[in-house]
Amino acid sequence: MKTLKTLALGASALAMASAASAEISDGKVKIGLLTDMSGTYSDLAGPGAVAAAEMAIEDAGAMAAGMPVELVTADHQNKADIAANKAREWGEAEQVDAFAELVTTSTAMAVYEIAKQQNKVVLVSGAASSPLTNDACIPSGIHYTYSTTALANGTGKAVVAEGGDSWYFLTADYAFGQALEADVTKVVEAAGGQVLGSIRHPFPASDFSSFVLQAQGSGAKVIGLANAGADTTNAIKAANEFGLVAGGQSIAALLMFITDVHALGLETAQGIQLTTGFYWDMDDETRAWSERFMERTGKMPSMVQAGVYSSVAFYLKAIEATGSDDTDTVMEWMRDRPIDDFFAKGGTIRSDGRMVHDMYLARVKSPGESSGPWDYYEILRTIPGEEAYGTLEDSTCPTK
Amino acid sequence: MTTKLGYAAALILLLIAPVFVYPVLLMKFLCFALFASAFNLILGFGGLLSFGHAAFFGGAAYVTGHAIKVWGLPVELGILTGAAAAGVLGLAAGMLAIRRQGIYFAMITLALAQMAYFLFISAPFTGGENGLQGVPRGHLLGMIDLQDNMAMYYFTLAVFLAAFWLIARTVHSPFGQVLRAIRDNEPRAVSLGYDTDRYKLQAFVLSATLAGLAGGLKTVVFQLASLTDAHWHMSGEVVLMTLLGGVGTIAGPAVGAGIIVALQNTLASGPLSAWVPVVLGVIFVICVLSFRRGVIGELQALIRRSF
Repeated sequence: MKTLKTLALGASALAMASAASAEISDGKVKIGLLTDMSGTYSDLAGPGAVAAAEMAIEDAGAMAAGMPVELVTADHQNKADIAANKAREWGEAEQVDAFAELVTTSTAMAVYEIAKQQNKVVLVSGAASSPLTNDACIPSGIHYTYSTTALANGTGKAVVAEGGDSWYFLTADYAFGQALEADVTKVVEAAGGQVLGSIRHPFPASDFSSFVLQAQGSGAKVIGLANAGADTTNAIKAANEFGLVAGGQSIAALLMFITDVHALGLETAQGIQLTTGFYWDMDDETRAWSERFMERTGKMPSMVQAGVYSSVAFYLKAIEATGSDDTDTVMEWMRDRPIDDFFAKGGTIRSDGRMVHDMYLARVKSPGESSGPWDYYEILRTIPGEEAYGTLEDSTCPTK
Repeated sequence: MTTKLGYAAALILLLIAPVFVYPVLLMKFLCFALFASAFNLILGFGGLLSFGHAAFFGGAAYVTGHAIKVWGLPVELGILTGAAAAGVLGLAAGMLAIRRQGIYFAMITLALAQMAYFLFISAPFTGGENGLQGVPRGHLLGMIDLQDNMAMYYFTLAVFLAAFWLIARTVHSPFGQVLRAIRDNEPRAVSLGYDTDRYKLQAFVLSATLAGLAGGLKTVVFQLASLTDAHWHMSGEVVLMTLLGGVGTIAGPAVGAGIIVALQNTLASGPLSAWVPVVLGVIFVICVLSFRRGVIGELQALIRRSF
């Protein structure tokens, strides 16, 4: 009996040892970053996200588990087909081990399909849609920075609490806009508010006048902007031109990045409430990292860019610790460890792929309150991760 | 003789290419080569500039994807369904469009294609901006697993060669001769007793069907269909491929497709990634200004001059 036990112990130790010494495939760790380099979302992700990933790799000494780390990047132009084709090629012909960033939900979903077939890690930072950790989830995907659920639970709830109980949505007509609209609708209705209707605009759009007029005519107290990036700033500019706010309606920008505020200027953006996963001016750690980022890119980081750094750094840490770039091994390590860096404190990766961390409800300062460029947010409150993202029980992910 | 040698060399090259080049890229090339060849059938030999071929290409891509993914049809049937749908669409568009010539023909086809595009963007089965994703490649004849890139490549190559042969055969047939007569001088063809509208319509439908075949094939290769396939940019791209390779030559469009696909692929990951449309535009201008017959057209002229 005793011999049997020893034998079993020995065998399991052997198994563990072989797992730990599992080699790095093809002698290098390769990360493929797909982002929007020139379009609607290039400001909030784009070149800045590439810079963030480069910083993460440099900070790891460009090595993980004794093997060189390489970064390849491509512009997916916010198109699902381009993202899928590139991801497939990287996975099959260039030995890419993980895909990163992926702003625009449709591209993230396309890469999820490829990653599922090829069993590769996906570190989603830019895409927001909650289906990524629900119906569309994959075992090797991590939804890192934020989600439409968190945005709804942050901004949506706050606006309803202040008396904004009738809503009309201006929605970007693709997976992300639809998910955001659905998530906010749920929150608004749960709080006793009502949704009067919505209008979908093509993605990306530049002329918002007809959509804004429709919203104006709806009679709703709150016009919810379920879009992002340049679409949001263009919609806000159009709303200003048509005197939407002067007419007594208010705008809820459901997803806004610091780069959008920078583009709009405080004069236009002041008073807007928003939910963010990261703000550069929180503590010494965030400031230190953000200043390095600023030196490199000339801009303060958006939460997507900070999330890219954090997710890539955490992935490399996992490879360093396990000595392997095998997807299942690395995923298991990452799920078991809290994420503690400048971006997230005590963040955890759930089995549905959701990275749960604290979010912040912020208000954009007025020009008088701001001390200069990039001093834009006043943090109103910290939204605990559980409240922002809901619980694992609510997730409809089949593999959770 | 030189032509035959050229085709034999090209065939051998295509057969061994996947050993050296990433097969999916080659399959993309084959799909576009087929698309451009189908387009050339009416532009090069019928003299009709259609600016709406993306509707047939993209429409078939969606129908194929839907047929395979939702209806569960086998791959080969799915692609044929897509091509048939493109043919029907081509018949409807053609009946309206061939009544006019020149710029009016181009504008009618563009308008119809834009209507189709609007349909694709708003119809639920296409997935709108998200596209139709996750189309299974399935098994060829229920036996060969097409998930394997090599198997998929040779299947694509077989379809391409069959369609290419059909196009070459059509061009050299009496039907093709009449088509060329119509292109060069329609009133004379009418005076000779040909019902030119019927010939043009037949060519248009054939071209649309083969464009649809290319679109359906592309869906299976990439396992997705998206709005890019149906956008008017695609109609423009196929014109560019055809002109660059040599309009009115058999092999020209395929060569043009090869050049464009290779360019797009190399530029996309380089420092010029944001400049792809500009680079393609410059190439187009150079082509139109300095070698108007296209690569193959100029080559043929050169051979004719030297021998």
